[in-house]
This record gives sequence, structure tokens and C-alpha cells, in this order.
Amino acid sequence: MSEEVKVFGAWGSPFSRRVELALRLKGVQYEYIEEDIFNNKSPLLLKYNPVHKKVPVLLHNGKPIAESLVILEYIEETWKSNPILPEDPYDKAMARFWAKFLDDKCLPALWKAGWSPENEREKAVEEACECLKTLEGALNGKRFFGGATVGLVDIAANFIAHWLGIIQEATGHELLSAEKFPHLFKWTDEFVSCSIVKESLPPRDKLLAFFKDRIAGAMDAPTEASK
Amino acid sequence: MAKEVKLFGMWASPFSRRVELALKLKGIPYEYIEEDLSNKGPSLLKYNPIHKKVPLLVHEEKPVAESLVILEYLDETWKHNPILPQDPYERAMARFWGKFIDEKLLPTSAKVGLSKGKEEQEQAMEEVHDQLKILENELKGKEFFSGNSIGYLDVVANILFWFRTEEEVGGLKVLSTEKFPMICEWIEKLIKIDVVNECRIPKEKYDDYVKLRQKASKSASS
Repeated sequence: MSEEVKVFGAWGSPFSRRVELALRLKGVQYEYIEEDIFNNKSPLLLKYNPVHKKVPVLLHNGKPIAESLVILEYIEETWKSNPILPEDPYDKAMARFWAKFLDDKCLPALWKAGWSPENEREKAVEEACECLKTLEGALNGKRFFGGATVGLVDIAANFIAHWLGIIQEATGHELLSAEKFPHLFKWTDEFVSCSIVKESLPPRDKLLAFFKDRIAGAMDAPTEASK
Repeated sequence: MAKEVKLFGMWASPFSRRVELALKLKGIPYEYIEEDLSNKGPSLLKYNPIHKKVPLLVHEEKPVAESLVILEYLDETWKHNPILPQDPYERAMARFWGKFIDEKLLPTSAKVGLSKGKEEQEQAMEEVHDQLKILENELKGKEFFSGNSIGYLDVVANILFWFRTEEEVGGLKVLSTEKFPMICEWIEKLIKIDVVNECRIPKEKYDDYVKLRQKASKSASS
């Protein structure tokens, strides 16, 4: 059965990379289309995601889906190998809760803390650390949020595993340290060490250069499009 | 399946009412606990320490927070009267629009209430109308957001009743029949259904609701 699977993404976007990771974990072949999200979004992207006009968009047999967490659930329900969500409804609910927590609270707080002007930084860092502390608790000594293997929450937390460290290096401000958040810190290592994960991450030096370039300018919070 | 289901909720919260509506649509018996949001009970804080909010579902002593997460949990645990569609693509569409309502329409409409000055308010209203137009479009050719019968997206779209309530208490006219005929027709259809009507603010509580909103905007702007 030949299926048409396409991903409209952006090389530096954690949201876009989430979708690629999920497809790779399930061994799904796909065609990748790089979008110039800052300067020149393609007519196809605008056609397939008219509401938000953002990446990622998954196109499956001509039908488009937008919003990375929605796409991840679709991928899970369509390709059954290597499940990324648990079977049990309660465990599934917990995974969805944490994925939502990441997107609604955690990522915006981390982004804000990374780029805040001097006078706002202390408060932003405090909020970000609260989020990290909560995640540390959620990990609860497990190897991955998903347990023994990478799951939805690990995929959703990809920003923390890769992007956050690079932003820390670019800005010189540390948020996630091994001393403060030992389990979460260890998790970042475990996560990026998985070969399939490694393949689906943007190159470190390219991202670092990108952040350094934009360090002086004002940046909006990361949403599906901006990174 | 005699299992214990508790719902911690608040009568004026659309999020809380969504869960009630889903429970009723699926015929799941539950115990309801009304929370005073200015004085949250120890049980709520114990079960939902991260957000400390309603709604909170507790099933067999296990808590589930966040209304959209709860809705999915209900459908997966009680298989009869499903509120989400079976087809993965249609499920994705339902989730997409649910997110649109909560992450776009709601914050935009909150801006209207918090606006200072006519110009700011008009701009906020315009944004709300743009988003409502998108939603209106989703009703084209359909009886309900979920198709021929009420489902997940109709439950999530319950906040539109709150828009209507605001008008009825002399608030801002967000939803005119001229601009949004299909949404208004959808509201009329839905509130004729008993279980739906049970899950929105009753007319006799409108004054209380106005007081709550005033208190909320005062604390938001302080």
C-alpha cells in the first residue's frame, strides 16, 4: 500500500521536529518539505493550514493536519507500530496532561526566561524553574517520561532536551542544571542519545549560530511557526 | 461497572460544564462537588496540585485535570455513546478545532473584557469576529459541529453559550444573528436539548455571574 505522507516543516522548529521524530520512531516513510517560515511561506502551506499558517503540517493521502500534538495523536492512531502512548486510559490521560503542560506553561516560561530583558529576568527565571521542578517530579525517576521507551511526552519535551541547552549557551544564562534538576538533566542525555532521536534533531552549531544572530533583536514566544 | 466518579466543578465555568455535559451525554453517574474558587477545598488542591483548578475528575481515586484531557479520558473509559468520532482524521479535526476554541477564541474574547478604552475594545472585538467567522465556516452544511449529532466539538464549543449569556446580561454583543447566523442557530438548537440546558448558567443566576465577572476583571487589572 503506497501512502503519501508529507511533512511541511522548518529545520529549527521543535514542533516540526516532533512530527518527524514520531514518524521515524514508527518507521513511516515521508517526504519532507522545508518552509521558509520567516520570510516566504509557500502557497501550499497557506492552503493546507489557512487558520494558523504555520508549520508543522502533516499531509496524509492529500489530507492536511496542523498542530503538532494533534498530529502526534493522529500518527499514533494511524500507524500502530512502536506506540508512543500507553494503552491504559488513565496513563494516556496523564501523558496528554503533561504534553499540554509543556506547551501551555513550560515552553513559554522557558522561552521567556531565556530572552527576558534584565529587569524581568528574575521573575521569568523563577517561573521557568517552577516548571522544570514540576517536570522533574513528573519524571519520577523513570528513564523516559514514557517509561522504558520514548513516548509522547518525551517527544513533546524535545525543546528541553536540545534547544534549551543551546539557548543557554547563546545567552549565557543557565536554567536546567544537573545540580538543580538531576533527573531531568539525565533525561536530556538519555533522550538525545537515542539514535532515532539524534537523527531528527537540528545540528547544534547551526542552531547556536541562529540564536546568537538573533540575540540582540526582540523575539516572540515560540509558537508552531516561529522556530 | 459500578465505579466511583467525582467531579469538582464550578457552576459558572464553561470548562467545568463541558465535563458535566459529556458525563450526562454518556450517561455516566457521578457525584458533583461545587468548589468555591475564592476558597478552594483541600481535596481539590490535593488532587490537582499543579493547576489547582476546576474541572477535576476523580475516577476510582485517580485525578484527571484539564477539560479536554478529561473528555478524551471519558470516551476511552466508557465506550458507549462516544463523543469523539472513530476515524483518525476526523478525530484530528475535532482536536484541532477544540484547540482553536481554547487557545485562540477564548484568550481573544478575554481581551475584549480586559480592554481599556473604546479603540482597544473595538480592535479586540474585530479579532474575536475574525475567529468566529472561521468557526461559523465549520458549521457549513452540518447540523452540529460534530456532524449529525452532538459530539466532542459541540461540547467544547459550549463557551459560545457564555458569549450569548454576556449579551443577555447587557454585556457586549459579540454574536449577532446577522454576522453569525449558523452559530446562533446552533446555539438555539442546542439549548433546546435538556442535558445541554442543564449545563449552562441558568437565567436566575445571571446577576451572580455578572458580579463574578466584575470581580474577575478587577483582580485581573489590579
